[in-house]
Amino acid sequence: MLGIGLSIVSLARFQFAMTTVFHFFFVPFSIGMGVLVAVMETIYAVKKDKVYLDMAKFWGKIFLLSFAVGIVTGIIQEFQFGMNWSEYSRFMGDVFGAPLAIEALLAFFIESVFIGIWMFTWDRFKPGLHAFMIWMTAIGTMLSAIWILAANSFMQHPTGFKINNATGRIQLTDFGAVVANPQLWRVFPHVILAAILTAGTVIAGMSAWGLLRKKKDENHFFKTSLRFGLWTSLIFAILSAGAGDLQTQQIIKDQPMKFAATEGIYKDTKDPAPWTVVELINSKDRTASHKVEIPAVLSLLAYHKTSGAVKGMDTVNKELHAKYDKQFGKDMDYYVPPKTLFWSFRVMTGIDALIMLIALFGVIWSRKKKDTIENKKWFMVIVGLAIWIPFIGNSAGWFITEFGRYPWIVYGLFTIADAVSPTSTVGTLLFSNIVYFLLFTLLGGVMIWYSRQTLHHGPYYEMEDSKQNVDPFAKEAFVK
Amino acid sequence: MTLANLWFILIGLLFAIFLFLEGFDFGVGMSTRFLAKDFDERLALMTSIGPHWDGNETWLVTAGGAMFASLPLMYASLFSGYYVVLLLVLVGLILRGVSFEFVKHAETKTGKNIWMWTFFIGSFLAPFLLCLMLLSMVQGIPMNANGDAFPKFFDVVNLLSVVGGVAGTLLSLVHGLNFIRLRIEGPLRERARKLNQILYPILFLGEVVFAVLVFFQTDFFTKRFGSSLFITVLIVLFSLLGYYGVLKDREGWSFAGSGLSLSTVIVLLFNGLFPRVMIATNPAHSILIKDAANSQYTLTIMTIVAAILVPIVAIYFIWSYTLFTKRINPRENTVKY
Repeated sequence: MLGIGLSIVSLARFQFAMTTVFHFFFVPFSIGMGVLVAVMETIYAVKKDKVYLDMAKFWGKIFLLSFAVGIVTGIIQEFQFGMNWSEYSRFMGDVFGAPLAIEALLAFFIESVFIGIWMFTWDRFKPGLHAFMIWMTAIGTMLSAIWILAANSFMQHPTGFKINNATGRIQLTDFGAVVANPQLWRVFPHVILAAILTAGTVIAGMSAWGLLRKKKDENHFFKTSLRFGLWTSLIFAILSAGAGDLQTQQIIKDQPMKFAATEGIYKDTKDPAPWTVVELINSKDRTASHKVEIPAVLSLLAYHKTSGAVKGMDTVNKELHAKYDKQFGKDMDYYVPPKTLFWSFRVMTGIDALIMLIALFGVIWSRKKKDTIENKKWFMVIVGLAIWIPFIGNSAGWFITEFGRYPWIVYGLFTIADAVSPTSTVGTLLFSNIVYFLLFTLLGGVMIWYSRQTLHHGPYYEMEDSKQNVDPFAKEAFVK
Repeated sequence: MTLANLWFILIGLLFAIFLFLEGFDFGVGMSTRFLAKDFDERLALMTSIGPHWDGNETWLVTAGGAMFASLPLMYASLFSGYYVVLLLVLVGLILRGVSFEFVKHAETKTGKNIWMWTFFIGSFLAPFLLCLMLLSMVQGIPMNANGDAFPKFFDVVNLLSVVGGVAGTLLSLVHGLNFIRLRIEGPLRERARKLNQILYPILFLGEVVFAVLVFFQTDFFTKRFGSSLFITVLIVLFSLLGYYGVLKDREGWSFAGSGLSLSTVIVLLFNGLFPRVMIATNPAHSILIKDAANSQYTLTIMTIVAAILVPIVAIYFIWSYTLFTKRINPRENTVKY
């Protein structure tokens, strides 16, 4: 019985992880691309430099491909709470539904209506008005991020609620507190900045591949795009690191277990706390060895000063037992998966630093006077390969956030094991997992394939294509 | 009127608007096989809903979100109970959603065909399964005291639910053809009218069978005889209006008629459900609106939010439709993206 119960929970968790990670490949990329395409079109509207129109059109195609996969996989998320996590929906309905419904009303409608207009009105609207449509879409995507993150932040750090004693469910008492959740206003900038970073890195990377083909007519286009992408990557890699630092401050306060695991600390550190670059974690014995440490840096990261010890997981575990044993019993395991968190953090920050470095050199080597970047083939290949790493970084970031919530689905209030649908069976979950997996493989593969093909054709492909397609009896065919 | 009842009505309204709008999207998708003869025509059909389909689908997302935000116990029971059906609905919606984008990038004949077929299959699956689910749910299904629904295969797939699914799909197709008559020019438009001349008599037959089955298989007519009868008659009258528009070549009347028929089906179902949100075979386990609802505080906030946002959404939503009124000619359709 326990064995089956466990696998229902783990299958449901696996499904949530798979669907959200896949969805979140496309979400940040689409948010970032929306903003960047809007910027390109605005530059065109102001400066009337045609290369920016070509850029908006070309990168707009990539944006639309990503957007399409993003929205269809987004519907899964909304249905999933009811399908796999009905007990969670019952418990959390009073708080969780509102941001979701507001997200649909406020954000999804703006997004979906204005992207429809934008797609079909290139030839009808003046550049400024047309750019307005993509700005509305971009704003819609960002508004949507606020509301879904408001819901997520409540799960990390519940605010503005009470437990209804009659029903045992959560009850909203202060909507303002849900919206003003300090977690929300630290995670939101981090997500948006990382989204723009993602799009910038992809634009730079694809432009690098485009430049390597050395087609003369495309050189100016890809060179401008490359610099645009590199500058974006550089600026937003720095900004998102800063936003991440702010978020860390909040996590230390609200979720010390998450922070201790992120840094792989079992025993309380000395004062000032050293930062562990790498270590070997034994999560069974709850020890860590082979540490490579830098003195005092963790104090600096955690408290922005050179002193102060950091609590280890053992201490936090004791505190959590003292706090929650009455309600949840003595058998709870409050340790979060330390290896996942420790390495996810290093992967995420490492990728951010790497992009910063690549972008910095790229910006320097692509200056107008020092036009040497095309001749550094090895560097262009690195920029091209860097397309993939922000996606890994984004997923790693969410691994920290979500695995660091363990064993809670709503922090301190409701456990993951209690949240799953009583109606779920191993059979249906296995079936849906396989269906989603196959579907995602197909969608992801096709999306990448068509993006690659779009790049292969280059920015001026469509125009040649439409020249051939001119109706032989139309007026244009007779005009020389 | 309690706030909970108001939200029950609002959720019904959102579903009704969704079916009116996405109904013709689905119908246009199905028409790619039933009406169009070549790729140009299929692409023209797709283009006619290109700017709108995503916005139309957002009404479904909003309905789902509103249900979660106001009647979470309905959301939890319905969505977990109809797991497999909803999974397949999602597959349908995903396949048709990506088709719009993917077909533009396909360069081989096979590639184009694949995405046109996924477009068709998705447009067919989604309305059929959604109507199947709704008509299964209103008959009453096995539930426990916690509100967990355990419908067995024949609770989901039975005479009424299948007839309901087929009728809903057929009505969507008819509605889609009426939309095509509004938005396309040339032979395709005339063929759509001719096809509807054949489909409407079949639809009327379906509606009569549907009404008879609803009478016997649900408690709608025992619990709320007058209103159920009135709404059923209304569904048929709206369909007749659509048929009148087909015979007299008045697309506007047809489109309004078929859309309102679809919406009125939702009105019939929600009227019959009231004051319940889920009907259990053991009446003691049925869930009532007042028990499924969120707190007064949350409902008040949601009411204020909806009162401000829905009119704004309605304004730019309708405005977006006014931008695309020029009829599309399948032979001169240069889809520019």
